[in-house]
Amino acid sequence: MAEKKKSSYISGKESRKITRFNRRVTKKLESERADANKDPKLYTTVMKNPQNVVEFDNVCTYFFTDVGVVKAVDGVNFDVPRNSTVGIVGESGCGKSVTSLSLMQLLARPSGQTVGGEIRFNKGDGTAYNIVNTPNAIMEHLRGNNISMIFQEPMTALNPVFRIGAQVDEVTKLHNPEMTDEQVKARTLEMLELVGIANKEGVYNMYPHELSGGMRQRICIAIALACSPTLIIADEPTTALDVTIQAQILELLQDLKDKLNSSIMLITHDLGVVAGMADYVVVMYAGRVIEKGTAEEIFHRPCHPYTIGLMKSKPVVGQKVKKLYNIPGSVPNPVSMPDYCYFRDRCEMCCEQCQGEYPPEIKLSATHFVSCYRYYDEGTVMGYPKSVNVEELL
Amino acid sequence: MAKYTIKRLLYSVLILFFVMFIIYILMYNMPMGYVETKARELASRPGATKTYTEWLADLNAQYGMDKGVVGGYFTWLKSALTGNWGDSWVWTVPVTQEFHDTVWYSFALGLISFIFEIIIAIPLGITAAKKQYSFTDYFTTVVAMICISMPTFFIATLLKYIFSVKLGWFDLSGMQGRNYMNLSDFGKFLDVAKHFVLPSITLIIISIGGLMRYTRTNMLEVLNSDYIRTARAKGVPEKKVINYHAFRNTLIPLVTTLGGSLPGLFAGALITETLFAIRGIGFASFASMTRGDIPFIMFYLAFISILTLLGNLISDLLYAVVDPRVRLS
Repeated sequence: MAEKKKSSYISGKESRKITRFNRRVTKKLESERADANKDPKLYTTVMKNPQNVVEFDNVCTYFFTDVGVVKAVDGVNFDVPRNSTVGIVGESGCGKSVTSLSLMQLLARPSGQTVGGEIRFNKGDGTAYNIVNTPNAIMEHLRGNNISMIFQEPMTALNPVFRIGAQVDEVTKLHNPEMTDEQVKARTLEMLELVGIANKEGVYNMYPHELSGGMRQRICIAIALACSPTLIIADEPTTALDVTIQAQILELLQDLKDKLNSSIMLITHDLGVVAGMADYVVVMYAGRVIEKGTAEEIFHRPCHPYTIGLMKSKPVVGQKVKKLYNIPGSVPNPVSMPDYCYFRDRCEMCCEQCQGEYPPEIKLSATHFVSCYRYYDEGTVMGYPKSVNVEELL
Repeated sequence: MAKYTIKRLLYSVLILFFVMFIIYILMYNMPMGYVETKARELASRPGATKTYTEWLADLNAQYGMDKGVVGGYFTWLKSALTGNWGDSWVWTVPVTQEFHDTVWYSFALGLISFIFEIIIAIPLGITAAKKQYSFTDYFTTVVAMICISMPTFFIATLLKYIFSVKLGWFDLSGMQGRNYMNLSDFGKFLDVAKHFVLPSITLIIISIGGLMRYTRTNMLEVLNSDYIRTARAKGVPEKKVINYHAFRNTLIPLVTTLGGSLPGLFAGALITETLFAIRGIGFASFASMTRGDIPFIMFYLAFISILTLLGNLISDLLYAVVDPRVRLS
């Protein structure tokens, strides 16, 4: 029996133990968060580089599930500089969306918790919010106003029972209570025009089901941009749309970003989109950043074997191949991650050092970082990602 | 919408015609019907002048049962359409009179429990959904399961035992107290109201479980949808997310089911009325049914059929009112 035991199998006893542990941990974390309300010092910090909008510093977001702790995001480090587009790429389930949801504090609580690290959001006056500890009241003020998000499913992202106008009005009114109803409506119409809706007066009084997917995504963008946020998170904004509309939407986003002086965090698994839009690229794998750099560096000199594999697996126009490359193997089980490099079992370029612990972040240039032992001697070792021991949380 | 309503009403008339026809056939062919029972009783009376068959033929002619099923039905239909519903055989008063005497008690009982059901069950369901897997959630779910599972007579008996026998707060059954006749008008009203407390509580207990679970399920589904996440991403305060964005969507299935059950308020609650000896329509119709009172049953079932068809129509119309995606045409 013991031999047959799979990693996904848990006995009733273990299951009860996990549930009890989860309840205790999440209860403690929730009460800690409630306590943080009292003292602004607990969630105020300073930016490392005031030119950044957001800095992710060793962020750990775990899900306390019934089968154990899933480390969806485990020690993620990267920055979003002002007025730039940062593309976050990686396969499904590698933690891209969870990273952005951690920044918005929109995780499915209480099971989803950011247990460690800092997410610093620039207030603009030198100080910053540490989003991890920021109480809900302040988050409500930030969301939609300073940080806004565009979701991947435009078909279901709008409330079906309210008119388009009311839904766009709501966000403006919420964050600008001093505006009169006429001003709010004028602003909404302005936004609708900005996102390229021709019949803005008509659309203002329509319901979401009367619009096409592309139109609805434009409305979502209008909602996201209504308060001129400093950061726009676009979580696969074009996945549900066809290619023609995709190009229009991306162009629109890029245009608006320049108009509003915002930054964009573009989450996608489409390397073509990233190449076209992003200034910086962050490659994630199994909840960790494995390589980051400017778009040029990542596309012209990919260093991590995973990034190299990704580049090889995308079709290139004008190049004939019999079969597209695919990376062998699959992502390790998120409940029990190995203590060595997560990519080792799939890697074709393993070296001796790979037998050791998880590789540190290695600096190759001012902007280019990679987590791979092949560059251990070449670059400067920056530091190892720090995982949080959940047992110590109690 | 007006065109749709008219079309639906015309369909309803057609359905009603056949429904009533089927009911008439069933009532007509019921073994041991009112006429047969009466004939046997008269024939076996000491000093009876006619035999059973003679009485039967006689009574059939008197009660209009000699025209056959189709002829009888059309005769009933014709007089019903002119507003003449006939006299009840069992109660020996015009059926409309008997109906009028009983239905308002049932309606009062139904309305009170309907209002309390909504006031109690919907907020409970929302609270349970808001804190899924919490103590509140488990507690309300367990209570709802108990409410659904317990039969009416058990709850009624339990309530009677506690509040009538042990505490002596209410009478065991009936609609009036001992001093009813000596009370002022307002006092009479209060007396009847007091007698309606236990039956209402019984009806509320058996109905809140279902509605609470229904609300909880719908609320959970809505809370997990993308547009709620969008609302949160806009910075909408949690309270407004629940009470405005989510509730407005939960309302769609709730309003349609509740709207459809509105006519049911007149239908009466047979078991509860019988247990507490309340002379409501449920109790009266059951007594008529067992004794083969064709005019009263035809009237009552025609009324219920109209209410059911009306209920369906109301719920469809309300659907279009609360959900902008639904357009009736």
